[in-house]
Amino acid sequence: MGSLTLTNIRKSFGQVDVLKGIDLAVEDGEFVIFVGPSGCGKSTLLRVIAGLEDATSGSVKIDGKEVSNVPPAKRGIAMVFQSYALYPHLSVRDNMGLGLKQAGAPATDIAKRVEAASTMLSLEDYLGRRPAELSGGQRQRVAIGRAIVREPKLFLFDEPLSNLDAALRVNTRIEIARLHRKLKSTMIYVTHDQVEAMTLANRIVVLNKGVVEQVGSPMELYNRPANLFVAGFIGSPQMNFIDAGKLGESGAKTIGIRPEHISVSAEAGPWKGSVTHAEHLGADTILYVETEKLGLVTVRLFGEHRFHDDDVVFLTPDTAKTYRFDQGGRVIGS
Amino acid sequence: MSRARSSLPRSVAMHAALILYTIIAVAPVLIIIINSFKDRRAIFSSPLSLPGPNSFSLVGYHAVFAQGSFVTYFENSLIVTVVSIALVLVFGAMAAFALSEYRFRGNMLMGLYLALGIMIPIRLGTIAILKLMVATHLVDTLTALILVYTAQGLPLAIFILSEFMHGVSDDLKNAGRIDGLSEYRIFFRLVLPLIRPAMATVAVFTMIPIWNDLWFPLILAPSEATKTVTLGAQMFLGQFVTNWNAVLSALSLAILPVLILYLIFSRQLIRGITSGAVK
Repeated sequence: MGSLTLTNIRKSFGQVDVLKGIDLAVEDGEFVIFVGPSGCGKSTLLRVIAGLEDATSGSVKIDGKEVSNVPPAKRGIAMVFQSYALYPHLSVRDNMGLGLKQAGAPATDIAKRVEAASTMLSLEDYLGRRPAELSGGQRQRVAIGRAIVREPKLFLFDEPLSNLDAALRVNTRIEIARLHRKLKSTMIYVTHDQVEAMTLANRIVVLNKGVVEQVGSPMELYNRPANLFVAGFIGSPQMNFIDAGKLGESGAKTIGIRPEHISVSAEAGPWKGSVTHAEHLGADTILYVETEKLGLVTVRLFGEHRFHDDDVVFLTPDTAKTYRFDQGGRVIGS
Repeated sequence: MSRARSSLPRSVAMHAALILYTIIAVAPVLIIIINSFKDRRAIFSSPLSLPGPNSFSLVGYHAVFAQGSFVTYFENSLIVTVVSIALVLVFGAMAAFALSEYRFRGNMLMGLYLALGIMIPIRLGTIAILKLMVATHLVDTLTALILVYTAQGLPLAIFILSEFMHGVSDDLKNAGRIDGLSEYRIFFRLVLPLIRPAMATVAVFTMIPIWNDLWFPLILAPSEATKTVTLGAQMFLGQFVTNWNAVLSALSLAILPVLILYLIFSRQLIRGITSGAVK
């Protein structure tokens, strides 16, 4: 139990259409991530699912039951917020138990579930503390614990890692992945960070300007992007887009090639250019090459390389891994 | 104290300015209190000197308490002030919550309409208010004063509180909704504690004009049973003879309750600010 079906969800704030007809089916136990640039409507969509916003039209079904007129507390969901949103006047224990208490669960039941959740998140030592006495990472774990305790059909995460620093973000990400394996419940997660999306999701929903651009597994999106937007959004550094006319290709408007699918040589290759900037990351070396004919091209090399600014280099694209896009930005072939 | 930011001349100048301001603010109050403990001749011959063994006298306080109903006046003032503040805070906060939390048609206009009262003095409507009170048989009751003061305090309260309500995290309120809290619980348990400093500010701003008001008690509730302290002190001011001892004593006494209320609120104010700072 824990499936979700969205049918033609639309949401407008006055004249502005934020969601323009979203259709989506999420299977029980899936980890689905909504990803997209800010303002694409992903958080609004999550709020519509939670019942915190009313959709202008369309239907939301949880476990096959229409919930458009059901208040958030009765939808069988739990939500983790970016700002933690812990109740400042309650202890960690009461924060986690409040939802159940409101629903009228017996006290022994609540205590048992809070106990279990706090063990899972190693929060046992902090149960008596107030949120103000916890660090950011601990607060986010409490927020996650508060969601677990409710044993929801659907977990909703609204950019839960955005307020954490880089190291903590990686740890918490792993923790969330572990949690999903353990609980096997349906999770819906919103982020603008494609690394989070790629590492956590079973399926990614790429949103842009209130429209679903593509739905697929992380590798599907990486290997077979449906259009320019998805191709540019998934993968870091961003895919290079080259005007097909400059390459003498006909039948396509734009040619896309990922930075990691270009090899560099100091002697020979089809595209000549000079390095304008080199980033040495140890595991990777990223070169920004101003080519003679094609403009700026980003190249990602694995390991350490001794290229420096103003070096003249020759680039060779892996032609088997290029993408061709038509006038409207849709991918051709494949 | 950090040395980098303070130099001697600068802190001297700063303290001089603050001390000057303090003297200007406190002097009148101090003179009232000093003179309330002196006999009549001493008040006029040397108004600035402290009460000495020759000039010390409690005759003013005797006159005030001999007057008998002065305790009633105090009671009236306190009831009117406390009840009005409570109503202003409750209704003001509720209106501010509705205005900042819910999107509805005319939200903006409603906010402007409610804030309009800041710019228009309520005394302009005195005659209409009096007519209204006569028609509803509320003249010479404390209820009349409480209603008027609540109306007088609401605009500023709504204006200040709705600004603060905007600052309360939406996520927190939404977390409450998902946990099944009613809107009232969200308002009373989550939002109000967070804006306590703003509430204290509003309480202080509301309290002083109510306590000091002479106008409405004089017009709406001048009877013996409903007189407030400010109105009560007036009876020692005659057209030909003024019992200065009694006037000064009454005023000195009138400072006390309002001072206590202020201390209570400002304590809240400071606690609110510091609890926010270390969060």
